[in-house]
Amino acid sequence: MKRTVPLVITFTVGALLIVAYFIPHWPFARLRDDFNTFFDVIAAFAYIVGGGNLIRMHGRRAARQEAGWGYSLVCLAGFLAMLAFGLTKVFWREGAPGWDLQGDLNDSTLLFKRGYDNIFRPCSATFYALLAFFIASASYRAFRARNVEATLLLVTALVILLGRTFVGTLMTGWLPPSLEFLSIPQLSNWIMSVPNQAGNRAIMIGVALGIVSLSLKVILGIDRSHLGEKD
Amino acid sequence: MAWRLPELDRRIVFALVGLSVTIPILWKFHFPEFPSPMVRGVFERVDSLPAGSKLLLTLDYDPGSEPELNPMTDAVTRHAATKGIRIYYITMWATGPPMIERVIRQVLQKEFPDLAYGRDFVTLGYKPGNEAAIAIVASDLRKLFTTDGRGTNINAGEMTGSLRNLRSFDMVFSVSAGFPGTKEWIQYGTDTAGVPIAAGMTAVQAPLNYPYYPTQLLGILGGIKAAAEYELLLVKKYPRFADPAFPQEATAKMGPQTWAHLTIIGLIVLGNLTTLLAGRRGRR
Amino acid sequence: MGAAPASGSNGATGGGSVNRKAILWAVLMGAGGLWLVWRVATGAMPAPWGLEGLGLWVAALLTLAVFSFLLGDNPVYKFAEHLFVGVSAAYWMVTNIWAVLVPNLFGKLFPEWISTHLLPGLRENGRAPETDWFYLVPAVFGILLLWRLSPKWPWMSRWALAFIIGITAGLRAIGFVASDFIGQIHGTIVSLAVWSDTGSFLPGASFNGLITLVGVLAGLCYFYFSKEQTGLFGRVSRLGVWTLMITFGAGFGYTVMGRVALLVGRLQFLLIDWLRIASP
Repeated sequence: MKRTVPLVITFTVGALLIVAYFIPHWPFARLRDDFNTFFDVIAAFAYIVGGGNLIRMHGRRAARQEAGWGYSLVCLAGFLAMLAFGLTKVFWREGAPGWDLQGDLNDSTLLFKRGYDNIFRPCSATFYALLAFFIASASYRAFRARNVEATLLLVTALVILLGRTFVGTLMTGWLPPSLEFLSIPQLSNWIMSVPNQAGNRAIMIGVALGIVSLSLKVILGIDRSHLGEKD
Repeated sequence: MAWRLPELDRRIVFALVGLSVTIPILWKFHFPEFPSPMVRGVFERVDSLPAGSKLLLTLDYDPGSEPELNPMTDAVTRHAATKGIRIYYITMWATGPPMIERVIRQVLQKEFPDLAYGRDFVTLGYKPGNEAAIAIVASDLRKLFTTDGRGTNINAGEMTGSLRNLRSFDMVFSVSAGFPGTKEWIQYGTDTAGVPIAAGMTAVQAPLNYPYYPTQLLGILGGIKAAAEYELLLVKKYPRFADPAFPQEATAKMGPQTWAHLTIIGLIVLGNLTTLLAGRRGRR
Repeated sequence: MGAAPASGSNGATGGGSVNRKAILWAVLMGAGGLWLVWRVATGAMPAPWGLEGLGLWVAALLTLAVFSFLLGDNPVYKFAEHLFVGVSAAYWMVTNIWAVLVPNLFGKLFPEWISTHLLPGLRENGRAPETDWFYLVPAVFGILLLWRLSPKWPWMSRWALAFIIGITAGLRAIGFVASDFIGQIHGTIVSLAVWSDTGSFLPGASFNGLITLVGVLAGLCYFYFSKEQTGLFGRVSRLGVWTLMITFGAGFGYTVMGRVALLVGRLQFLLIDWLRIASP
């Protein structure tokens, strides 16, 4: 029951979705739409599991005063405060607090929205902005033209980097109209539309075959890794 | 005497990159833009939609991608609003609703005060489920969306009352930063429903989606450069957008962008020179 | 070659360097702080009080805290990181509860109560919709998924996971074949002969289509590892490798562009919105 029922569920649902593509009529179409809607609801529960797991993990670390437990307290405080503000839709308007369960969650006076704007948004954006520094450092240290393939990669990258700025236009702006196709911006556009498209298309076709084979293995119960360890 | 280049400490590399962006922001470098054929094609396709057409604008990104994608969202919104196209916002990311509210507040309500929510633009809001949610939108979106993004019954809305599925729209414009995004909208939405789709996406995503062009995707706005080109085309076709009241965010970012690119190119060349000279010294 | 210095003198030298660094940091922080105080006092930048001002300062200081990672892992960065993790987990949870569970689950099972107290928009012409008991199915699966947190019967969550995996596998099996396999082959073939809107043949675009076809086939040859890549097959695979190198080079160039744009956005926030030393 612990492993058989899940396998039956996976097969039933997966097979139905495949059949519904070829027979898009009642009852398959109706069941397909219903199952997709149920997936939506269950996906929402997954976020509750995530929140619960966070409380369990950081709560345990704080309670046992393990290494870094202070940071776990910070994490829990942020989580619980944001959760309380969001579930109750507490707002601060005209110098006074209040709450409105029927209000819009994106109302700028809600403390939940302020938490999003002043904590979530700047941190999230800055984590991604850090990557610019690391990509520059990695490029300087590791991007070497050691062989033909690496040189090809390097030259392409340089053409693209120049072509996506005004400098590329400036460098080859003197070319006569008959040789305009050799200008850096035109070369850059050609690289994206032809060889880049070809390479990514080959990768996409290969990945598609892999995904289809994996999906069929999962539906037919040949691949059972999603069920975890035997117990 | 052989000379060698010193290996730069990575903090110096960081400082160079930081300065290459900071100085142009302070001193305002502006460079002219030249629209590429791809961006021009997307622009002309949106421009060809008649007034009253239904455009589904999907904003599938988070704050980490705002600097790249907000400018193109704003530019496409301005374009559609000017043409009298009815805009339907939707998102498959939990961080999408604030993006939708931002563009409604800062672009539509501020720059187009004659337009009304529910009559000219509406938000359907957010639903999770990734591919499954997109698949339902393609077949019967009323199963998932019982109200719009602001809580109004979907049957009661002037714009939402007639919606059935993806075929109710004349065009889809997907602004995306990852999964689920343009790829999923093509795979589970527009390819099934036969609705034309154009896309704006982060520069990281753009090369990966070129295979869909042109048979499954009308065109791609890849990154901040494409957003700046779209802004330029908008200003050329509708000169009123040259007014400072309509911020050209992407164009403003291209100055620092250019200098940063040159810095990184310089670092790559310097790194290769260092290796080349070290190799020659070693052979001697 | 001298003998290694005694540990005492080595420690004194190392300690002096650490002290110099600490003093330098303290001086820099102090000077920066005084400068900020002066700018706030003269009205050159927003003050850190009131909800708006406080929010702006919190956002700016958290931005700087995350940027401090460039100097190495440190407590300030760890504080910001853990705060972000907690706040973002709650954000996702709350958003999904209000966007999905309230209208699409509780609104189906308890429409009268939900439309009265939480979501009046569910009502149509003043009447709440009928209860849809079919939604007990996702409710049960959702509760089973929550069992993952239970120490006693965590295996019960497998039923809900099986449903999720089944849906995903079924959708992807079709979606990838239709769009990423057949769609791509179709796209490659039709681009071999390109015609303009006026009906004239476009040799340049068609030639590009031929190059694309050759590149796709060469790339696929490279990915075929079941055959030894020698002879003609090996040479075609080599061409595939070169095509892929150009692809990765283009990807790298675009990645750099994307990351730099994000940095520009953050620095614009600090310099324009917070410090007000640059104009938009």
